Amino acid sequence: MSVDTATVAKIASLARIKVTESELEAMVPELNGILAWVEQLGEVDVTGIEPMTAVIPNTLRLRDDAIDADPLTGGGKRDDVLANAPAAEHGFFGVPKVIE
Amino acid sequence: MTDLTDLGVAAIRDGVASGEFTAVEVAEAFNANVAAAQDALNAFIVATPEKAIEAAQAIDAKRAKGEALGKMGGVPIGMKDLFATRGVQTTAASHMLEGFVPEYESTVSQKLWDAGCGMLGKLNLDQFAMGSSNETSYFGNVINPWKRNDGGNASLAPGGSSGGSSAAVSARLCPAATGTDTGGSIRQPAAFTGITGIKPTYGRCSRWGIVAFASSLDQAGPMARDVTDCAIMLETMAGFDPKDSTSLDRPVPEWEANLSGDLKGKKVGIPREYRMDGMNADIAKSWDDGIAWLKDAGAEVIDISLPHTKYALPAYYIVAPAEASSNLARYDGVRYGLRDLPDGAGLQDMYAATRAAGFGPEVKRRILIGTYVLSAGFYDAYYTQAQKVRTLIARDFQNAFTQVDVILAPTAPSAAFGLGDKSDDPLAMYLNDVFAVPASLAGLPAMSVPAGLDSAGLPLGLQIIGNMFDEQGVLNAGLAIEQRAGFAAKPERWW
Repeated sequence: MSVDTATVAKIASLARIKVTESELEAMVPELNGILAWVEQLGEVDVTGIEPMTAVIPNTLRLRDDAIDADPLTGGGKRDDVLANAPAAEHGFFGVPKVIE
Repeated sequence: MTDLTDLGVAAIRDGVASGEFTAVEVAEAFNANVAAAQDALNAFIVATPEKAIEAAQAIDAKRAKGEALGKMGGVPIGMKDLFATRGVQTTAASHMLEGFVPEYESTVSQKLWDAGCGMLGKLNLDQFAMGSSNETSYFGNVINPWKRNDGGNASLAPGGSSGGSSAAVSARLCPAATGTDTGGSIRQPAAFTGITGIKPTYGRCSRWGIVAFASSLDQAGPMARDVTDCAIMLETMAGFDPKDSTSLDRPVPEWEANLSGDLKGKKVGIPREYRMDGMNADIAKSWDDGIAWLKDAGAEVIDISLPHTKYALPAYYIVAPAEASSNLARYDGVRYGLRDLPDGAGLQDMYAATRAAGFGPEVKRRILIGTYVLSAGFYDAYYTQAQKVRTLIARDFQNAFTQVDVILAPTAPSAAFGLGDKSDDPLAMYLNDVFAVPASLAGLPAMSVPAGLDSAGLPLGLQIIGNMFDEQGVLNAGLAIEQRAGFAAKPERWW
């Protein structure tokens, strides 16, 4: 499979990355080069093989159902959470108007 | 008095403990080297000499009071700028995170400070750890301290993504540094600069507070002068962390205390698929040297097969970008990092403008590839197929480890290449990790140790891959090579 300019524009839109026309032109052959190369995976016989889900066997844990058991990741951190926000106001993240 | 910056982790720890020198003297010596090399090597994004001194003063005060100094008491280190450090800018070498000052500390860095380390600064890297030459950093190239012996003055790449770490350890700017390895980012830069680095079993070191690239592959590890120093530092960095859902809930072995270069009764596998057509003659020779050294250490050498080796790199370049496209979705210009809000722009326009301005070309390339392979209609053909191939690659290793204890291979297909040599061709750059990626996909511990110099006078590394949880076997085989390679070369100081 190969991609054309319209497909790359669509992918970029899905990925929320603004690209210029000239960037699109440059990306098409680059992405096609990479995609053509990864397509060799198609020659591997994977009949009956499960896709990997965990690289090292492990079990998912549940933490204790306790509030703020770990103070580092518990609540009450509003100001820490907002400290690096580009536009924090009144204890909230500021964004451009989204309701007309 | 010896130059303190010629000392490694063990020598500094022991010297500070015995009172041969103070931790502050050590920190001052390394701070001076960091400052003197910054313009030429660009290994650090931010130097933090005051942090190094502060930690050293605390250690000296503890010693005066007769208190325990910690596993790495008095050892100043460099911190790859992918680890969140409270109060110190953490950028992942990106414009997106320029100016980001975490309110929290990564688990791995916290463990190092708790063990008595001080921070010399935040080390440069490839942007979001995506690259093999450190040329994708927003903060400029790192220059490899090594030069070819051809009389030319070409600037060489320090490897990547942990290129600041490798250059800094090699140039004696720090005795050790943290690295992270997603598809070779500890091992390849270690090989390019004549130092030692180990990626442990996936899950040994907590990923909490490390800027995420590909979460099923990312693993932190130490980069240092020798195997013993790596063992000490890995013991400090590793350990169960409830804040990381894939953290291994197992005790941390005493790797340093159990180091032994005696390999009697051990079996070493030589994977025939790694001996590729057109292999660089210097690389082939160093691999043969490694085989001879391990035999000399008492090991039996066995030819093995890892049949799916050639598919590891293409599988990696589906899996890693897929995970990256998902992980990097968090950079939206709202909660932290860069915001680019064009006049009159709405929320969606702001996202797109922010991400266009904040990400470099290689990061965008991988996000787009990842978005494509995960998109409706293509998911099974690319992503599911790659994850099935990954299962087969892991199975190859499992089969091999029924016959052998460790596997020996080259770390990289060449010595350090010149800056700009591969930066125009993404595929040529990706091929640098051909020997490193299979162990990453299988989550196995793997390390690079210096093996000698090539015909151009540049260092080459040998890679040891071990079975899951067997860092000890990897470190011991690494030690056996180190004891026989007698690698004492270091870059001549030109900066």
